Amino acid sequence: MSDGLWRSKAGHAVLWQVATVGLVVALGYVMVSNMLDNLASRGIASGFDFMSSTAGFGIATSLIDYDESSSIGRAFLVGLLNTLMVSAIGIVLATILGTAIGIARLSSNWLLARIAGAYVEVLRNIPLLLQIFFWYFAVLRTLPSPRGSHAVGNAVFLNNRGLYLPGMETGPAFWTMVAVAVLLVTLPVVRRRLGGIIAWGGGAALIFAACLTVKWSLPVLTGFNFRGGMVLSPEFVSLLVALSTYTAAFVAEIVRAGIQAVPRGQVEAARSLGLSPRDVMGKVVLPQALRVIVPPLTNQYLNLTKNSSLAAAIAYPDLVSVFAGTALSITGQAVEMIALVMAVYLAISLSIALGMNLYNRAIALKGG
Amino acid sequence: MAAAVWIRRHLFPSWGNAFLTIALGAAVVAAAFPMLDWAFVSADWSGTSRADCRSDGACWVFVASRMDQFLFGFYPEAERWRVVLAVALNFGAVALLFVPGFALRYTAASAGILTALLAGWLLLHGGALGLSVVETRQWGGMMLTLVITVGGLFAAFPLGLLLALGRRSSMPAIRALCILFIEFWRGVPLITVLFMASVMLPFFLPGGADIDKLLAAMIGVALFAAAYLAEVVRGGLQAVPRGQYEAAAALGLGYRETMVRVVLPQALRHVIPGLANTAIALFKDTTLVLIIGLFDFLGIIQAALTDTEWLGFALEGYVFAAAVYWVLCFAMSRASRAVEGQGVGGIS
Repeated sequence: MSDGLWRSKAGHAVLWQVATVGLVVALGYVMVSNMLDNLASRGIASGFDFMSSTAGFGIATSLIDYDESSSIGRAFLVGLLNTLMVSAIGIVLATILGTAIGIARLSSNWLLARIAGAYVEVLRNIPLLLQIFFWYFAVLRTLPSPRGSHAVGNAVFLNNRGLYLPGMETGPAFWTMVAVAVLLVTLPVVRRRLGGIIAWGGGAALIFAACLTVKWSLPVLTGFNFRGGMVLSPEFVSLLVALSTYTAAFVAEIVRAGIQAVPRGQVEAARSLGLSPRDVMGKVVLPQALRVIVPPLTNQYLNLTKNSSLAAAIAYPDLVSVFAGTALSITGQAVEMIALVMAVYLAISLSIALGMNLYNRAIALKGG
Repeated sequence: MAAAVWIRRHLFPSWGNAFLTIALGAAVVAAAFPMLDWAFVSADWSGTSRADCRSDGACWVFVASRMDQFLFGFYPEAERWRVVLAVALNFGAVALLFVPGFALRYTAASAGILTALLAGWLLLHGGALGLSVVETRQWGGMMLTLVITVGGLFAAFPLGLLLALGRRSSMPAIRALCILFIEFWRGVPLITVLFMASVMLPFFLPGGADIDKLLAAMIGVALFAAAYLAEVVRGGLQAVPRGQYEAAAALGLGYRETMVRVVLPQALRHVIPGLANTAIALFKDTTLVLIIGLFDFLGIIQAALTDTEWLGFALEGYVFAAAVYWVLCFAMSRASRAVEGQGVGGIS
């Protein structure tokens, strides 16, 4: 009978699986044992003890308190936050720009459609790294010094030290009002009780009131540089501009395909009901197109987040450049540090994918 | 008359649109004239040194004087015919796929490409047939970009194919392993993969063997690309109707026969655009190898910009690089569309 098992289909399947798993395990064993040998012979201690040792290097941009005496674990956090910051802002900008260009590509105005088409074809066929270099080395670094800044009024200045914007000092009152405003607008229960107009109006009024509590500080030229306000480094600005304009080209194609997927009859029906072109797009086409758009759009958000790691090439202190670059060269713990960086990106990828799946389920057609 | 109607309908259908057309047209003209003037009219084209760039326009002298390096890196000048021959061989092998009605079989196509690849490597690296050895650290420029893209892709393709089949396999252990592998590589950025290949890979080899930097990068690129190719091929496999599997089973074909003779030929035909997109993405992504210290096309241009004799020509360098990448990527996407339109792409 066991003879029959070897010849049967089920037997084959078991054999194949055992062989494959065995091969993978053997390969893993060889790699790990090699690694332990190598670490031992180089006198490198394995493990994550290095996380609490002193970093000893500075980081130019940080959202949290950090200096050279902070731990490497703290540097890891600084890099991670910088990655998340540039990705989050980049995603918002790429979505806005990409949607606009995607809609422009379908415009009845031939010239507008062609310009949008040219934007997409040019931007997506040039490597992102080259675009980052272009913005950083050929644009931002060749700007005049602070004294010759390009200025918008007396609030915004652009020079070779970065982009200077009015800074805002926010207190707890500001954040409370913003939080209440967000809840007003987003919670369906509230909206149903109060009605849409009151919810939106109240939200807007709260945001306006919140802005009044903010102390604004304008950047002022003193000596050779600006003081006050908020400054975005040239590295950050060029990375952000390159990431969002590049990703916008892909977003535009997704938006266009999504809009084209809406049956023509829908547009005609909406028009025959007398809806304005804006309402046809906003109330009929876009809500339906979103179902087609969201899954590939998620992919682009993930790509943007992963592409933010190109920061390493222009020394914007993101996770890869701080941790797998600077910190690694100090500690030499290549295996742990790179594994940790990869784990972070995997976690980000999985959580964005999860969030988008939930959203997808929420907007999916409800079976009647 | 037809032209007038067309213009009226597409450019000036309403007052708002007419205004938009005029504003956009003015903006395009205002932007294009200075750019064209800079790039062509008042540019400096001939000369040998910085002193020959006197105008306000682009200094193409910088690009021209470095062209050899941009193409071949530090490959010895006397041996460059080997690079040209290797590229021609590989392009020839790939071009066979585009010949309409050329009934290449899988095996013949694979054998042809494999031979061209091996001959290419032998030509480039040397060390046999009386060819002198050229170390990989002397490779650079466009040649290195092509080596990484082509080598990485052809190494990744068989692996990607197996992964795609594995992910759709009915055996749970194999399916789980394939999903794990694919989702891991797709979840991390290529930079971390390259860092891993250059600093982590040596730890996994016996005795901490020093691995060739280019080879390490290519291993990383191939594993990364395999995961993406696997997903593209999986899409094609899903597009093959169930009836095809059932018909093959009814004819008594085994798994291998079913896949090789029935399913894959149809699946791969579906995914030609996807494969081309992956190839284009990989071609653009090879620029990342400059971060681990290889001098690919962009890397060598970036290095040239820091030459003290030619400081201040970053814009020329980037515009030239962008033009080259753009033309090649655009051509690849158009070629894939042509093959798609033609039907089969020569593979039967």
